[in-house]
Amino acid sequence: MSRYEAVIGLEVHVELKTATKLFCGCSTEFGKEPNTQVCPVCLGLPGSTGVLNKRAVELAVKAGLALNCEIGTHTWFDRKNYFYPDLPKGFQISQIFRPIAHNGYLDIEVNGQEKRIHITRAHIEEDPGKLIHTGESITTSFASYVDYNRSGIPLIEIVSEPEIRSGEEAKAYLEKLKSILEYTGVSDVKMEQGSLRCDANISVRPAGTTTFGTKTEIKNMNSFRAVQRAIEYEIDRQIELLEDGGTIIAETRGWDENKGITVSMRSKEDPDYRSFLEHEISDIKLTPEWIEEVRAALPELPDARKERLVKEHGLPAYDAGIITGSLALAEFFDAVYEKYPDAKTISNWIMGELLRLLNARNLELSQAKITPEGLAKLLELIKKGTISNKMGKEVFELMFEEGNDPEQIVKERGMVQISDEEQLAQILTEVIAQNPKSVADFQSGKKQAIGFLVGQVMKATKGQANPGVVNTMLRNMLAEK
Amino acid sequence: MRIKAEDVEKLALMSRLELTEEEKAAYTESLNASLDYMHSLTKLVTDTVEPAVHVLPMVNVFREDRVEIGLDHKQALANAPEAEAGSFKVPRIV
Ligand SMILES: [Zn+2]
Repeated sequence: MSRYEAVIGLEVHVELKTATKLFCGCSTEFGKEPNTQVCPVCLGLPGSTGVLNKRAVELAVKAGLALNCEIGTHTWFDRKNYFYPDLPKGFQISQIFRPIAHNGYLDIEVNGQEKRIHITRAHIEEDPGKLIHTGESITTSFASYVDYNRSGIPLIEIVSEPEIRSGEEAKAYLEKLKSILEYTGVSDVKMEQGSLRCDANISVRPAGTTTFGTKTEIKNMNSFRAVQRAIEYEIDRQIELLEDGGTIIAETRGWDENKGITVSMRSKEDPDYRSFLEHEISDIKLTPEWIEEVRAALPELPDARKERLVKEHGLPAYDAGIITGSLALAEFFDAVYEKYPDAKTISNWIMGELLRLLNARNLELSQAKITPEGLAKLLELIKKGTISNKMGKEVFELMFEEGNDPEQIVKERGMVQISDEEQLAQILTEVIAQNPKSVADFQSGKKQAIGFLVGQVMKATKGQANPGVVNTMLRNMLAEK
Repeated sequence: MRIKAEDVEKLALMSRLELTEEEKAAYTESLNASLDYMHSLTKLVTDTVEPAVHVLPMVNVFREDRVEIGLDHKQALANAPEAEAGSFKVPRIV
């Protein structure tokens, strides 16, 4: 396999977080009835002219700066002409000749290896409408429905250099891109709502060569995991084809999630978009001073926040990377820390219980019921010895599901840990009396025999005994015998 | 560059126009005449001139990001040749 090298470039469309569309005042709210958020501008009715949304420009500049791009001081819009029913005007307003941002980069880490992926450009454009095909697929349907609610929603298209070499790197690139855009508040970056979409250009070439092979473009990937899988599949497919003496056809292929394969959609003859300047929308001139103001107002970005968690709190880089990979998680961490300043313990609970439950239930943090204050209280209960660590995990799960107060849960379920030595002494005496063999084993030097005895005490107390206290008491009692 | 009959055919296709043979011949001729006329502009040196996006000095014309009421649903679909399920209905695309 190493005889070939994959060359991958990603085109990512991200919806900008504005209240209104790029050139009209229609709402961008997701999930409304079809064609209820439209006007003459976004329906492309004759005689209508749009006016540029200032907020969209600000967000695009923010995104560009966060991605280490140069910002164009003089940029404008162009028309990309083609016929498709989701495009009511017969052209898409985009930035072909002078993108608002170019020449940036972001850093990824794969298998402990840092790598810089350069960003060719990021430009503003309008989203087309949404097509719903009757029948199984576009080719078997007899008609399609068009919903123009999405028509004119502001996007930035972020184009990477073809420097990505594997599905894993592509996934890492997308995760980093997502968290940067999330941190800067530029976008909701929700793939399931279509506010982040990714197409991949893939080719392979003999390792060590520098000319590009024929590339295919892969579409229809609905998750980062799907992007990784689709790329891995496509690389194997191309290599196999070449090994068998075949040739790669330049084409657009769709990812079939269920079958785990890419399928040819259409051949990719170079479309002639006859792009020219959009003369009805004003051009944009930005002063260097204004750009610097936006740069200065950028929030702390994921890499810096990770660095801070490592330096200030001594967290392992891996944990810090996971926690800061999502803004919600990073903010959750900080909020718990404010009430319970023990970073490592918080990190352990986030990395362990919280992420385990989120993954198992396939939820976002915002959908879980547990609050940072709740977790801080729970950690306090464990620290005081009111409940054991093991009980804590049970309580955590209940808090995660129902959002109840941990003290309440502990009280209701009678989960109080027995640390009282007087109360425990009686049980310990019984356990020692009932297990002469283990006692003898322990006293003859088999120190692991104590584990069995602790287990018996836990059993007798239905798990409520404080294992630390039991352990110490047992050792003392056995030493006295 | 001279415009040939097949260029006119391609242009017609991209503009979704149906042309007769006579029209194709006529447009080939008139498009070439227009191009010849425009060709005189290439004598100017424009390497250092920024493209003029607008003939008027129109820069930074923005609107604030405030929601405005658009068309109601019925108005939106009023000109649809066919509508169904609250949407514009179009014939099979590919
Ligand atoms: Zn509109």
